[in-house]
Amino acid sequence: MKYVDEFRDPDAAKAIAAQIASEVEPGRQYHFMEFCGGHTHALCRFGLEDLLPKTIRMIHGPGCPVCVLPVGRLDMAIALVQSRSDVILATYGDMMRVPGSGGRTLLSAKAAGGDVRMVYSTLQAVDLAKANPERDVVFFAIGFETTTPPTAAAIKAAKDAGLTNFSAFCNHVLTPSAIDAIMTTGTGETGARLDGFVGPGNVSTIIGAEAYEGAAHKWNKPIVISGFEPNDLLQSILLLVRQVNSSEARVENAFARAVRPGGNEAAQALCSDVFQVRESFEWRGLGSIPHSALEVSDRYAAFDAERKFAMEYVSRPDHKACACAQILRGEKRPSDCKVFAAGCTPEHPLGSCMVSPEGACAAHYLYGRFRDALPADLVAAE
Amino acid sequence: MGFDKVEKRTDRLFSKRLDFKRGTIELTHGAGGKASAQLFEELFLPAFKNPMLEAGDDQARFAGHGRMVVATDSHVVSPLFFPGGDIGSLSVHGTLNDIAMSGAEPHYSTAGFILEEGFPLSDLRAIVESMAKAARDSGVMIVAGDTKVVERGKGDGVFINTTGIGIIPDHVAAPPAAHRAEPGDIILVSGTMGDHGVTILAAREGLPLMSPIESDSAALHGLVSDLLAATDGVKVLRDPTRGGLATAINELCRTSGTGATLDEASIPIRRTVEAACELLGVDPLYLANEGKLIAIVSPQEADAALAALKNHPLGQDAAIIGTITEDTHGFVEMQTPLGGRRMVDWLTGDPLPRIC
Repeated sequence: MKYVDEFRDPDAAKAIAAQIASEVEPGRQYHFMEFCGGHTHALCRFGLEDLLPKTIRMIHGPGCPVCVLPVGRLDMAIALVQSRSDVILATYGDMMRVPGSGGRTLLSAKAAGGDVRMVYSTLQAVDLAKANPERDVVFFAIGFETTTPPTAAAIKAAKDAGLTNFSAFCNHVLTPSAIDAIMTTGTGETGARLDGFVGPGNVSTIIGAEAYEGAAHKWNKPIVISGFEPNDLLQSILLLVRQVNSSEARVENAFARAVRPGGNEAAQALCSDVFQVRESFEWRGLGSIPHSALEVSDRYAAFDAERKFAMEYVSRPDHKACACAQILRGEKRPSDCKVFAAGCTPEHPLGSCMVSPEGACAAHYLYGRFRDALPADLVAAE
Repeated sequence: MGFDKVEKRTDRLFSKRLDFKRGTIELTHGAGGKASAQLFEELFLPAFKNPMLEAGDDQARFAGHGRMVVATDSHVVSPLFFPGGDIGSLSVHGTLNDIAMSGAEPHYSTAGFILEEGFPLSDLRAIVESMAKAARDSGVMIVAGDTKVVERGKGDGVFINTTGIGIIPDHVAAPPAAHRAEPGDIILVSGTMGDHGVTILAAREGLPLMSPIESDSAALHGLVSDLLAATDGVKVLRDPTRGGLATAINELCRTSGTGATLDEASIPIRRTVEAACELLGVDPLYLANEGKLIAIVSPQEADAALAALKNHPLGQDAAIIGTITEDTHGFVEMQTPLGGRRMVDWLTGDPLPRIC
């Protein structure tokens, strides 16, 4: 497959891995966080940790939209679809099995008679609204800056088509605020220990490489923006090692085939028309972070499901045995959690990190848990 | 009007023939009365035509002998018609392949239909004829059946259950069975993985794909027969349907108390399927196959088994993909092309697309 095979070439991978091994400084430990869930998934799926020196530890970050959505927001969606038979809730597939309060999911709400439809694109949700004029279609909008422009485009399309039965339940969040939060919240251990970030790939196509200059400077950490193929990741890790070795803290763009310094300006303009920044938003695992999420702008208020249906947010605690919060901050590994692979599995997730294949726990469960069963001397890297 | 003519008219059970152009299924077609009889006589009987069905009894009778095998499978696929097949041919192949994985030759099948009120007779006829052709091509007789009709909205057009009966030939001394897998055995597949699953997913979601992909739906007993004739080293056969290769290998490891290591680079996957999976965010190893088998073979017979598979039209893309290992956890590991390792776990839920 063109544009994929090149970036999965085994010989190139081995060459970059050898280069990394030759450049790490003896006796030095490197702690890098891959922010994005897509990177976590690729690292685990391609078994890349086996190619890295044991002195490099990859910490799985919070960049999985499903994982950072607090339970209370999901409860709002479930309550809406259960209480309003005139509502069709259109959602991406990942959200279907995420547990809300009392273990309820959109899938169980659907089984109980709620009209929940899985869509692959925001425009499919707009089409649903066109096809069902007597119903109200609510699109469950979620994701980082990558999935924000499609939601904006859908709202705009609905407005242009004169639809009055389409709205979005907006849960879009902002990456730079999350990087700040990782450096400051929790015990603060992660921030102190981190040596650099593998920066998000898809998000950066929208917001651009320059968007991280502030964070790199403020926290004095290198950030290397990476694509999602294994060789992208290996190259980014090599660049991080080089910056750490020379005590640099720059933003580097190792995903230049997709990411421009200023990002996608048309998408940015669309988003600032349709959305406005929230005062504050609660993130699962990271707590309330000011100016870290978007809501539908006043200009498009008629397309804001929260206003249309007077949806109220109530903050709910996580399951008490669940260590998602510390895992999302990189303070714990999935296998440190008491319920990992015992009470919490992809079939019966207690916490959100176990739901999406991009979540740290699900990725480790699906691809890496055989390592937990290995004798300790074989997992020195862990 | 002569006496003869009147007699003929009163003899006629059905006043009008079924309208296969515009007609639809009605509740009476499943009520067991005249309409049910008409559907049987004008559709099922001519399509499946065989002496046992023609005998008009409520059961099929045949002499039993040897090691008999039975398997059943219900089919609810949506859409009903897809590139490379339809629910009719699929319902024959599905059950027949379960029979074949024991080394048996399939002989008979039943066909149970649950139809939805309002379902077009034209579609039903197309499905039944496709079933009949699949059975004929496979040398299997459909010897018993049943039809029920549910009210509109209570079904999805048509569901089909088939139960197959086969006999393990005397020359198959040690029939393949899941518990026989042992550490050191070699794992083969008969061809490319994920073709059926991607076809259905793309058809269901109306996704336009750049290159056409077809379901691999096919009857595998001929391939099995050739394989077993070529080598007596075959220990396990399994068709990786729902849940795909990944889930099937996990099931086999669990049953036999072993683990497995797969070599990712050697698993055959069509370029088009691979590309569609990238686009849809699904893993081809978890997608259904309907015309492929997994064979677990003793190490010294692996090459003979591979050659036998490759010699058959349905096994041209066959490949050796891994080995059975000793592992009390039953873990299936995979060597990635880059030299890393990862687990290959059971399918959880349904394959869902990722958000980003």
